[in-house]
Amino acid sequence: MTPDDGKTAIEVHGLAKRFGDVQAVAGIDFDVGAGELFGFLGPNGAGKSTTINMLTGLARPDAGTIRIAGIDCTKNPKAAQHLMGVVPDESNLYPELTGFENLCFCGALYGLAKQDREARARKLLDRFGLADAGGRKFGGYSRGMKRKLTIAAGIIHAPPILFLDEPTTGIDVASARQIRQLIADLNAGGTTIFLTTHYIEEAQRLCGRIAFIVKGRIVRIDTVEELMRRTDGRHVVQFAVSARATEVCEAIVAEWPNLHCQPVADGQIRVESPEPVRVGPLVRLLEDRGAEVSEARKLRPSLEDVFVEITGIEAGAMKQEKEKPRKGGGA
Amino acid sequence: MKAWIAFWSILAKDFRAYYLKPPNISWGLIFPLAWTGMFFIRSGAGLDSVPALLPGVIAVSVLFGTTSLLAVTVTFEKKGRSFERLLLAPIPLELLMLAKTGGAILFGIANAFVPVVFAAFLIDISAVNWTTLVPAIVLIAVSSTFLGLFIAVAVKEVFEAQTFSNFFRFPMIFLCGLFFPIEQLPVWLRPLSCALPLTYGADVLHGSIHRLPHMPLALDFGLLAAFCAVLFALSLRNIRRKWIT
Repeated sequence: MTPDDGKTAIEVHGLAKRFGDVQAVAGIDFDVGAGELFGFLGPNGAGKSTTINMLTGLARPDAGTIRIAGIDCTKNPKAAQHLMGVVPDESNLYPELTGFENLCFCGALYGLAKQDREARARKLLDRFGLADAGGRKFGGYSRGMKRKLTIAAGIIHAPPILFLDEPTTGIDVASARQIRQLIADLNAGGTTIFLTTHYIEEAQRLCGRIAFIVKGRIVRIDTVEELMRRTDGRHVVQFAVSARATEVCEAIVAEWPNLHCQPVADGQIRVESPEPVRVGPLVRLLEDRGAEVSEARKLRPSLEDVFVEITGIEAGAMKQEKEKPRKGGGA
Repeated sequence: MKAWIAFWSILAKDFRAYYLKPPNISWGLIFPLAWTGMFFIRSGAGLDSVPALLPGVIAVSVLFGTTSLLAVTVTFEKKGRSFERLLLAPIPLELLMLAKTGGAILFGIANAFVPVVFAAFLIDISAVNWTTLVPAIVLIAVSSTFLGLFIAVAVKEVFEAQTFSNFFRFPMIFLCGLFFPIEQLPVWLRPLSCALPLTYGADVLHGSIHRLPHMPLALDFGLLAAFCAVLFALSLRNIRRKWIT
């Protein structure tokens, strides 16, 4: 689907990349409109980072074309790099430099004059709530502060296109919320944002359109509204029960074959139906079988459900995998 | 103009972050002094041995000073992914790598003058031909730095860079004619001497300090410059092949 505003910030056609026997990216196509906030979602190893690396000039595609604001990135990556800011999934600034020095250095890499980069660095430190920490070395920052400074470093040259790779992974709730607000503000200010995240609710809240990538292929690309339309007319109730979830599900499906029942965690089942679910008969059945029901909750289907349905991948597993502490990793 | 702002900032950042740090300054001073003292005592000839030892000590100081630091400024930054920031910057790779190696070159040149200053207090160095000595030191520093870059790009870990550097450094010291004349080496080792950049640097250093060089100066300088160009080109090729995959 092509954005309808007529201006395209990122155009990707037939992009492919292979590492040995592994086809990391298998001929993907998508366009991102100028000023759009585009989500790129998929499990680990789906090809997200490889795609970002190719888009930003850190990797060479085996096939396909990339145009950044009309510039052929495969032929002239350096010209395209003027237009982009990149926030990698790890906070990779210089630990021995202060926050202020790091920002000034990153500004200098894009050719900003001394006065200009210093003024911008002060402004960004203020905006990200790091003014008091600007004189401290980056190595001593907390994870959340490192993440914020890394994002600030990615936008010091005010790029029209920003690549954000997992911006809120592994940081505290308050910092994550602040970063999400900053992303929304940047986009509202006209910056095109290409966001990869494994927090599906984050993508749902922030993005206009989302692409799901699995095993190097884009399996679905659409607006959040269109994706959510798949869940229309679906009714979901989650129960907390004292018996074994699989046995309880078997009993429910045996009694009402039109219901779909799925154990979601220890002592938790999810019942889905195209018709509204009547909770009373279900609770009675479970209690007759000796299972105590401590909670019954109606769930509003989310983008996570759409993701699971389209990709067949449990979003919870993807999140846990991504949040595993990295060996010797930065922040 | 914008690319030059980036160039100077990278160079200044490396100086602040690495070269001007007390451990590196002390390394830059103590290491050449230790080499000088070691060879001075070993020679047993007193002050008379200084002119003969000086070219070797200068070259060794430059070689170790430059190659050791590339492992940090390049391999370490690559491993910590901060090097990605530089690769993402809109500046030509050639200029970027010149900025990354410029600090090591200047550091190596500074290292070279530690034993020279030391010698000035001990012997009369008025006969030294500075017009050939200084360019030779510069070219030795550049070729050693690019050798360090070539190694730093070829490996993944800092310790690997240090290990491989030694693999090149120690044979080079003993085969380039600094301490043992090449003509006294076994015949089968002599071709190896010809393949080492330091052989030509050592020849100019010897010529500048206490005797005529074995080879024409133009050949020495030409070959040293050629080694610089080839090592830099190979390093850039490896960066493009291995780091921009």
